[in-house]
Amino acid sequence: MEQFNYRLDYLRELESESIFIIREVAAQFENPVILFSGGKDSILVTHLARKAFYPAKIPFPLLHIDTGHNFEETLTYRDEMVTRLGVRLKIASVQELIDTGELVEENGFNATRNYLQTPVLLKAIEDGKYDVALGGARRDEEKARAKERFFSHRDEFGQWDPKNQRPELWNLFNGKKRPGEHFRVFPISNWTELDVWMYLAVEKIPLPSLYFSHTRSVFERDGMLLANHPSILRRENEVPFDEIIRFRTIGDITCTGAVRSPATSLDDIIEEVATSRTTERGGRADDKRAETAMEDRKKQGYF
Amino acid sequence: MNQEKAELLRFTTAGSVDDGKSTLIGRLLFDAKAIFEDQLEAIRLTSERRGGDEVDLSLLTDGLKAEREQGITIDVAYRYFSTPKRKFIIADTPGHIQYTRNMVTGASTANVALVLVDARHGVIEQTKRHAFLASLLQIPHLVVCINKMDLVDYKEDVYNNIKAEFEKFSFKLDVKDVHFIPISALKGDNIVDRSQNMPWFEGSTLLYYLENVHIGSDHNFIDARFPIQQVIRPNTDEFHDYRGYAGRVAGGIWKKGDLVTLLPSGFQSKIAKIDSMDGELEEAYPPLSVTLLLEDDLDLSRGEMIVRENNQPNVEQDIELMICWFSEKPMQLNGKYTLFHTTREARCVIKEIRYKLNINTLHRDQEDLKIGMNDIGRISIRTTKPLFFDSYRKNRITGSVILIDEGTNATVAAGMII
Repeated sequence: MEQFNYRLDYLRELESESIFIIREVAAQFENPVILFSGGKDSILVTHLARKAFYPAKIPFPLLHIDTGHNFEETLTYRDEMVTRLGVRLKIASVQELIDTGELVEENGFNATRNYLQTPVLLKAIEDGKYDVALGGARRDEEKARAKERFFSHRDEFGQWDPKNQRPELWNLFNGKKRPGEHFRVFPISNWTELDVWMYLAVEKIPLPSLYFSHTRSVFERDGMLLANHPSILRRENEVPFDEIIRFRTIGDITCTGAVRSPATSLDDIIEEVATSRTTERGGRADDKRAETAMEDRKKQGYF
Repeated sequence: MNQEKAELLRFTTAGSVDDGKSTLIGRLLFDAKAIFEDQLEAIRLTSERRGGDEVDLSLLTDGLKAEREQGITIDVAYRYFSTPKRKFIIADTPGHIQYTRNMVTGASTANVALVLVDARHGVIEQTKRHAFLASLLQIPHLVVCINKMDLVDYKEDVYNNIKAEFEKFSFKLDVKDVHFIPISALKGDNIVDRSQNMPWFEGSTLLYYLENVHIGSDHNFIDARFPIQQVIRPNTDEFHDYRGYAGRVAGGIWKKGDLVTLLPSGFQSKIAKIDSMDGELEEAYPPLSVTLLLEDDLDLSRGEMIVRENNQPNVEQDIELMICWFSEKPMQLNGKYTLFHTTREARCVIKEIRYKLNINTLHRDQEDLKIGMNDIGRISIRTTKPLFFDSYRKNRITGSVILIDEGTNATVAAGMII
């Protein structure tokens, strides 16, 4: 059985597919950028980009859309990683555009800057003249994302037209575009949450401490645990308390729910994710606003 | 858990709402515990709002607002689940004739095609169409699921008749491996667990089949093909003279020391090293992404190909193709299009449309040669520079092309080289 030896396990096959996509981006585009949030998915994309170009450095910068509502741990991790890899970091700040009056912030208890990320991202892409932004979105995350392409075309307004997507066949990815248009490319489209965790464990990739169990002051709202933090306005009856938690996704503080968890290692997390009965975005307030919240945001240019 | 050693299997399903495709997928996801409570809760609420009594599992696969409003699937949706044996990617595509392009898209990377047949209706036009597309796209394994057996009292002769009817049609097709399974997606017969209602059926359940079908030979391990995707030149002190050719192995097994021929130049060299960030590799084979280093200092670039001297692909500018057309604007005879083939880009002109294929009857129409959206036909093209190709039957990667409209940049056709 000679061929028995020539089978890839599925994590290696996913890795090979993602590396191929990232190299296609470098070949087909002039000025790519990697969207970096500090979450595990963008950490994975960055790691795969290293593999794609090794021993050369990653030939494009990272772009962080900074809502100003970050966990300290995310920024520490980001800065440490940028130094370690020797990549350039660009920061597009939501706060700056609020200060100049170009954006108006939501008020009240459920206020979030999540929606303000879209105009800031589009402006950063325009200002940086990036013709493609690589992101860590996955198809298993959300039903609108299940229909997303690897190479996702955006018109000159940054809009996604889900009904008019380019068919993607075999290994052939069409990144042709007109001036002013750009692409979003999602190299880890075919990975599930569990795949990501398994691979991070196999590759021993360091992660922000937020993903691991720790004690934090939190409060409860609509069945979600949110961090007790100055950027979220608490109602009077929302009393903070200490809890042993971790974050399953990392986003803007205002819309990232924590889960009660004793998981202190990647193996614990894998065990937890493998047996979990809710999706990771189940803790995301931004998806709960409407049934088609993600689809609507994506059409406007969200990642 | 030993999941990281599991293999990946990609399969495609085609069908309409009526033949129970969504129920089948829902059943597989549900039984494999890939549906989560919050997803179930969300579709339960939607089902209620629409006045349905039962939870409509098809809502899981209808992702876009327009689709849910119209109650149809208009695009390929990708679904994921895994068992301890394998990880599965489902390309779920709609079955109507106007969505042929989606079926072709989903089929292009699949190892297995599931074709659903309603046991009450037998083989219908749509069944033939799906089977034909599976053969056109050379999906290595075809599983015909004869569904809704509960509605025909689980009768063996119903199953046998449909099987015979299908075989009468499929012997004309180029499919290597066909399996038949009588199922009820709704009741769960022969999906994960062996049906108590059909003791006469001695074959395996659907999940058992998907977990065990031999996919190790689905890639071409014979004909060594390495399309160069990128040249890696670090320009650092440590790697001063490093020149690596990055790419994804499209065929064959590669080892250090192999004598190779470079296309188009015809120069020869030897593989000095197969490199990766995890260190030097002993061997490379499809579908690995690696970096090859050669012993000689040659200046190769993207779109060129590394092969073996005694096993070379065709090198031609005149190429015969089967084509599936995707665009509302019909194919223009003598029209010029951009062409992507492996990592190579060229332009081409449509020299001749030989026939249009009726995908329901397989009739070759040589009178009406207008190739419009979702049509399939045989054409010949001439390219601006030679392509290094194999027939699609031999290698799905080096035998496939896409055509791109030079005005709109849209992908307008998928082509399979004859």
